[in-house]
This record gives sequence, C-alpha cells and structure tokens, in this order.
Amino acid sequence: MIYSDLYVILPEILLSVFALVALIAVVYAGKDQRASLLLWVSTGMLLAVTAFIGIVGSGTHVAFNSLFVDDAFSRFAKILILASAAVILLMSESFMAKHDLLRFEYPILIVLAAVGMMIMVSAADLMTLYMGLELQSLSLYIVAALRRDSVRATEAGLKYFVLGALSSGLFLFGASLVYGYAGTTQFAGIIETTRDQELSLGLLFGLIFVISGLAFKVSAVPFHMWTPDVYEGSPTPVTAFFSTAPKVAAIGLFARVLHDAFGGAIADWRQVIALLSVLSMFLGSIAAIGQTDIKRLMAYSSIAHMGYALMGLAAGTQLGIEALLVYMVIYVTMSIGTFAFILTMERDGQPITDISALKLIANSDPLKALSMLILLFSLAGVPPMLGFFGKFYVLKSAYEAGLIWLAIAGVVASVIGAYYYLRIVFLMYFGDDVNEELETRGTPILTAIVVVCAAVMVLGIVNLFGIDGAASVAAEILIR
Amino acid sequence: MDNLLSITTFLPSIAALILTLFLRGNDDAANRNAKFAALFATIATFVTSLFILFGFDPDDVGFQFVEEGEWLFGLKYKMGVDGISVLFVMLTTFIMPLVILASWNVHTRVKEYMIAFLVLETLMLGVFMALDLILFYLFFEAGLIPMFLIIGIWGGKDRIYASFKFFLYTFLGSVLMLVAMVGMYIDAGTTDIERLLRHPFSFEPFNIFGFHVVGGLQTMMWLAFFASFAVKMPMWPVHTWLPDAHVQAPTAGSVVLASILLKMGGYGFLRFSLPMFPIGSEIMAPLVLWMSAIAIVYTSLVALVQEDMKKLIAYSSVAHMGFVTMGIFTFNQQGLDGAIFQMLSHGFISGALFLCVGVIYDRQKTREIDAYGGLVNRMPAYALIFMLFTMANVGLPGTSGFIGEFLTLVAVFQENTWVALVATSGVIFSAAYALWLYRRVVFGDLIKESLTSIQDMSRRERMIFAPLIAATIAFGIYPAPILDIIGPSVQALLEERNAALDHAFVVTQWALN
Repeated sequence: MIYSDLYVILPEILLSVFALVALIAVVYAGKDQRASLLLWVSTGMLLAVTAFIGIVGSGTHVAFNSLFVDDAFSRFAKILILASAAVILLMSESFMAKHDLLRFEYPILIVLAAVGMMIMVSAADLMTLYMGLELQSLSLYIVAALRRDSVRATEAGLKYFVLGALSSGLFLFGASLVYGYAGTTQFAGIIETTRDQELSLGLLFGLIFVISGLAFKVSAVPFHMWTPDVYEGSPTPVTAFFSTAPKVAAIGLFARVLHDAFGGAIADWRQVIALLSVLSMFLGSIAAIGQTDIKRLMAYSSIAHMGYALMGLAAGTQLGIEALLVYMVIYVTMSIGTFAFILTMERDGQPITDISALKLIANSDPLKALSMLILLFSLAGVPPMLGFFGKFYVLKSAYEAGLIWLAIAGVVASVIGAYYYLRIVFLMYFGDDVNEELETRGTPILTAIVVVCAAVMVLGIVNLFGIDGAASVAAEILIR
Repeated sequence: MDNLLSITTFLPSIAALILTLFLRGNDDAANRNAKFAALFATIATFVTSLFILFGFDPDDVGFQFVEEGEWLFGLKYKMGVDGISVLFVMLTTFIMPLVILASWNVHTRVKEYMIAFLVLETLMLGVFMALDLILFYLFFEAGLIPMFLIIGIWGGKDRIYASFKFFLYTFLGSVLMLVAMVGMYIDAGTTDIERLLRHPFSFEPFNIFGFHVVGGLQTMMWLAFFASFAVKMPMWPVHTWLPDAHVQAPTAGSVVLASILLKMGGYGFLRFSLPMFPIGSEIMAPLVLWMSAIAIVYTSLVALVQEDMKKLIAYSSVAHMGFVTMGIFTFNQQGLDGAIFQMLSHGFISGALFLCVGVIYDRQKTREIDAYGGLVNRMPAYALIFMLFTMANVGLPGTSGFIGEFLTLVAVFQENTWVALVATSGVIFSAAYALWLYRRVVFGDLIKESLTSIQDMSRRERMIFAPLIAATIAFGIYPAPILDIIGPSVQALLEERNAALDHAFVVTQWALN
C-alpha cells in the first residue's frame, strides 16, 4: 500500500531528495563557486521531472488516505510550473553571476518552491494544501530578499513575508472554520456537505476567508498591494519567477479548492470570484498607465492578467477551467519572453528598468524590438497574437456561464490596458531622440528565449501543439 | 487551384517575410530592392486576384472558391468570396501597387515600411475573404497594428496623438463586437459565417435595467456590431479619429486608410448586421438614416472651413461614407447596389485625391491650402488630374462618383423623403468645398515666392494616376460590369432578409393573438 502511495508522489520525492542532497554536497564542495554548476544541474533536474510527469503520468491516483491526488489537472499545472521554473533558472544564470547574486541557495530554493507548488496543485486536503503553500511561500520570501545588502530588496522581502504571513493566517482561519462546520479537512468530505444543502453561515465564512487567502497568492485586487513593490525590489530573474510559476500554482490551487471542495456551492463563490476578477482587470489596467518602471508595470500587468484568468474560474464550468489553463500557458509564455527582454536591458553594465530608456531601440536592436512588439501586442490581447485567443477563450466561458457583464467589463479593461502596452511600443519605435544609448545585447540564451516566445505568439495561432486538448482533459477531471 | 484565396491573401505576407529574413543593409541599394520587391509582390497579388475575378460566377449567389480547414478551439479556417466581397478584394489588390509606387520618396526605414504595407495588405484581404467569425475579427483587428506603426513611425508632427487615438478608438469599438461574436458563437454553436447567415437569432424582447429592448438579442448584437463598424466607417459622431489619422499619416497610409480600411465598416454592415440581425437592423434603420444624413451635411460644412487639404478630404470622406450607410439601411436593391458602388468609387477617388495632395506635399512639404495658389501656371497636368478627381468627388455625371450617390439618393427617397432632402442638400455643400479647394490651390496667379520653381508631375506620378483615372471614368460611363457582379448577391441577401422579416411579423402576430 505504502509503495503505491510513494509512487504517486515520486516526482515530489525526487525533487526534494535532489534539493537536500545538492544542499549538502554544495556546502562541502565549495559553496558559491559551485553555484553555476548547481544551477545547470537543477535546470536539468526540473526538466527531467517535467518529462517524467509528461511521459509516465496517466490516470487518477489518490495517495495517503486521499491527502494527495495525482490527476490530469495536477499534471498539467505541474508541467507548466516545472517548465517555467527551469526556463527561468536558465535565464537567471548570466544576470545573477554578473551582479554577484549567484549563490548556491538560489537554485535550491527555486527547486524547493517548485516542490511546494507541486504539492499545492495536487492537494486533496486542506492540510496538504497548507503545507505546500508554506513550503512555496517560505522559499519565495528568501528568494525575494536574495540581494541582502540592498535596502530595496530587503524591504521587498519583508513586505512579502509580512503580507504573505497575513494571507496564510487568513487562509488557516478559513480552513479551521471549514473544518469546524464540515467536520473534515478532506475535499472529498467537504464537497459531500456542500453538495446537497445550502452552505451554513460558518462554512460560507470559511469559504470567504479561504478565497481571501488564495487571492493574496494570485495577487487579485484588493489583495494585490504587495505585488508592485516586491516585483520592483527583487532581482529581475526572481521577479520573472514570481510572475510565472507561483501564479500558475496559486490559480491551479484556487481552481482545485473551489471545484473539488466547494463544487456544490458554485453560486456562492461565483460572484466573489467575478468581483475579484473585474477589480483586478480594471485596477491592473488603470494603475499601470502611470508607471515609469517596467517591472512595476509588469506587476500591474500581471494583476490584470490574473483578472482575466479568474474570469475563467468565475464561469465555474469545464470550459471555464479549460480556458483558465490555456490562458495560464499563454500568459506564462508571454511573461517569460518579456522578462527575458527586461533582463537584457542595461547601460554601462548596470541593469536598467526605466521605461523611457527603451527609446528607439528599434534602431539599435531591431530583432529584439520586433519580438517585444509581438509580445506586447499579445499581452494587450490584440489579434492575431496568441494572447488574443487566451482572452477570447475566457470571454467565451464567461459568456456561456451567463456572466455577460463580466465579459463586457473584461474587454473594456483590455482597451484601457492596451494603452500602456502601446506606450512601450511607441517608445521603442517612434520615441523622440535618445539621450543615452541602451544596451540590449544580452546573452544568446536570453535572445533566444525572447525570440522563441515571440515566435510562439505568432505561430501558436496555427497550431497550439495539443495544449488545448490537454487542457480539456485536465478540466474534465476537475468538473465531475 | 483549390486555395486561390489563401494564396492571394498570404502572398504579400510571404514577400514581407522574405524581406524580413533576407534583406540586409540600409544603403540605397537595399532600399531600392525593398521597394521593387514590394512592388513586385503587390503586382503579383493583383495578378492572382484577377484569377478570382475571372473565375467568379456572378449568377451563383453562394460563396465561391470556398476553402475550409480545422483551426484552434473548434474554430474554422474558412475563406470564400461572394458578389459582395469579391470586388473589395479586387479594390485592395488594385490599389496596393499604386500605394507602393506612391511611396517611392520614402527614405527612412524603407524595409520596415514596405513590410508594414505588405502585412497590411494580407490583413485587409483576409477581412474581405474570411468566412469564420473569429477569423474575420482576427484580420479586422490585426490591421490596426501595421497601421498604428505606419502612422506612428512615418507620420507627421502630431503622429503620436493621432496613432494612439486611431488605435484606441477603433479597438474600443471592436471589442464590443467581440463580445457579440462570442454570444453568436454560443447561440448558434458555430462560427461559420455561412451557417450563421441562416441562423435565426432570437428577437424576443426583454428588459435590461428597466429598459425594454425591442428586438431583444438581435438589437443588442446589432448595437455591438454597430459600435465597431460605425467607428471604422466612420460615422458621425464617432468620426473624429479619422481627420487626425489622415493628416498625420504618410500619403500612402492615407490612401490605404481612405480607399480600403474605411470600406471594412460598410462591408461589415452588409456581411453581418443586415443579414444576420434583420430585425435589429429594421428597428435601428431610422437612427442610421438620420445619422448618415447629419453626417453628410455636418461634415460637408466642417470641410468648408478646413485649412489643411488632407483634413478637408478626410471630412469629405466621412460625408461620402454617409451615403454608404444611408444606402445600406434603405434595404432596397438600389440602396445596396449604390452603397457598394459608392464604396468602390470612393476607393478610387479619395485615394486619388490623397495622392494629389501627396504630389504637392512632396514638393513643398506643407498641406496648408494658403501656401498654394495658381498651380495651373506651372503644373498643367497636375491641374487637369486634380480637376478630374475634384469633379468625381462632387459626383459629376460621367464619373463613378455620380452613380453611387445617385443610386443611394434614389433609394432613400423611396424610404424616407426627409432624409433624402437633407442628404441631397449635402451634395451641394460637397460641390462647394471641393470646388473652393480646387480654386484656392490651382487657379489664380502664381504669386507665392516658394512656388515659382515647382515642377509638374513626373512620369512615375502620372503612371500612378493613370489606372485610377481609367477606372473612375470607365465605371462612371458604364457601371454595368460592377453592378452585374454585385446585383445577384444583393438580391439574394434582400430576399433572405424580407423572408426573415415576414416570418417575424407572422410570429409576432400569432403571439399577439
């Protein structure tokens, strides 16, 4: 019995063991001098586990008295999480080395965070969920403050920690209420109590607190305040990481909790999620207009994008989950491409994140400017880029679920959002004279990532490489 | 030739891709190569499109040359043309080589310029050929990106304001259409335009926020589409982006905007609003008729006081598009024929007028009307060509401009005499501003110091105008070739619409009893 259970969590075990062994080995074998090697090995390990899950995984397996579940949905999310973590590790090497941030803890913490995220999306019990959430969060707090001697970074890390702890508290409080009123922490048990009768007041409160706690993690408005500061203060590769894998994990977890545990009470949480969604879309779009720092801008952009993703969740249907998953894949690809570009921005060897520094880089670096143009239009949701199809799909799911007002609000917000993406395009292509030349040379890896992500945004509209099919299978599992 | 339409559509894009990948360098030779490559590609596209025209059977009212394939998310890649769209395809392929020729004087970032126009051509052709709702939307919206860049990079002094306004205005209009399209997809279970044309959308009235919506879903959908097409058209009062965009765009950009991009709105009304939401259209028709009449008179008056030539012609475009919307919403054969004819002829005429402005702008670098005067003394050929198109713009019999205006006015007279009265008075104003412009620029003595050494048109410039002159006069005297192609399709469309209305009438009567 125990062996079959262990087999279900084999990917998590592999990564955890790897992280621990690597930690010990590197401490004895030269610490930071081995960081670069460790980073490559970790990337390889993450990719290997991604491949393992993709090839071997099939069917639905429940382990440890249904504390943990491995199904098509969790595999979809895990592959996305691990692949994006691996790509971001790849991206960070040159930047971290250059700015003396390449510590051996960094890849290990990223791997541990990834393990936490894997547990999050596989949780079938509120306690497992919390363990995954905390493993992820604690690793991320440290990574955010990796630049120990910088006030900015320390502030970012501290802010992230305090607010993250608050959100965990909210979540735990909600979970305890749910436990009290449902009598169990297992999703399968909770759904039994919520399926047939009206939610009791205690359960409803529990649900709301759980949602609030999770909304912190996806940085949905009004729980978004930490996002811009943390994005700005953290080293850029870490920011890139924040905007991809943890978002996928949190959204996946969100979907899992709401459907697996509260699937009987869709009417109760739909309005809450719809409200979070509409607020995030509008605040993300409007607040980004005034930003001068591209990392802060991307923070607001990610808030807006989470709003669209939540639109799929608010639909509460299989199509909604499918749209949500497809949206996350597209969003992660766009984010990685954009951040790879931001990583190449520098002047006199110093990283630059000022938007106005982008003036007329179309002249000095046409290839990356064109790729960035494609990525920005894709982020804005303008066809024919893939970003449009992501939006189209969630709009469709929301409309089908009867949330027409939400769909209309979403498209209006996307027009407002288009303004600030256009502003970057405008600076890159027809800004005024350049004061100081910006260097965007970057390493070949970064250039390749920018170009590949942009190419995916264009070529993806011909063929989505089976992602829509996989998303549909994953969504089917969640909606029963 | 099973995929003739796809070949025609994507030929310019393939040329653009080749330019992107293989053309290196920024010297004169590279620039010349880019220009010739673009010219060659657009001419090749025109030649391929001739196969569509000659293979087209006007008596078959269905879609022809249909291509179908699976696409993402249950959508379809489906292309096809019918009598309504085939001539817009031809207009696009016909105008584009002239546009490229007119850009011979561009010296900054020539390669990117040509790529932008080639990509734009693909997207415009796609709009007229797409037979899938979302595919249509994709082409319709994607056209904004190259146009945004064309105005922004190669535009005039206030290009930033103009390009942002252009983009955001049209984007806002279109996203509501997207929501309606999603609704149609869900309601009909398909995005295939051919099947949507036969799908009866509900017209059961309902209440929203206490408002009683007559025509129900159809009216709402119609309004959402209207938001997009009215901006694109552009109709008064959402036309204000057009003068800005026109003034700031480079000459070639203005020509594409006036000749082709504006036609997408009219085409959209004919392809979607009218046949898919007949009840909604019927309910909203008086509104559109009056908006068109106001547009014709109001923008003509505004045109009278303009000091910038391009702005004047831009306002005149809005007035002429007023005739188009008016014709479409009369729902009779003359009206629709006239509207389509007017769009095609406006494609030649306004394009030519913007080119005329471009000719003197290239020489003097100003578009102020006051900066000119007496050009006839130094530029007789220019004066002749400009006169021809001024007259065509006014709608002088014998030019193609007359046929379209006359047909739409006849049509609206049958439908609503008051609107016809107002609109006809607009014709007089249009004569006033056009002739006055011509007088101020061309006639009089050549007293301006700066004009004393101005040169008449070069051979390249005359070559650009020759086909436009031929088309304007030929179709003005003998419009039958065009009307024969659009006639049967329009008739079929109207029959379908009337049948739907009769059915609706019967259903409502039955419900009342």
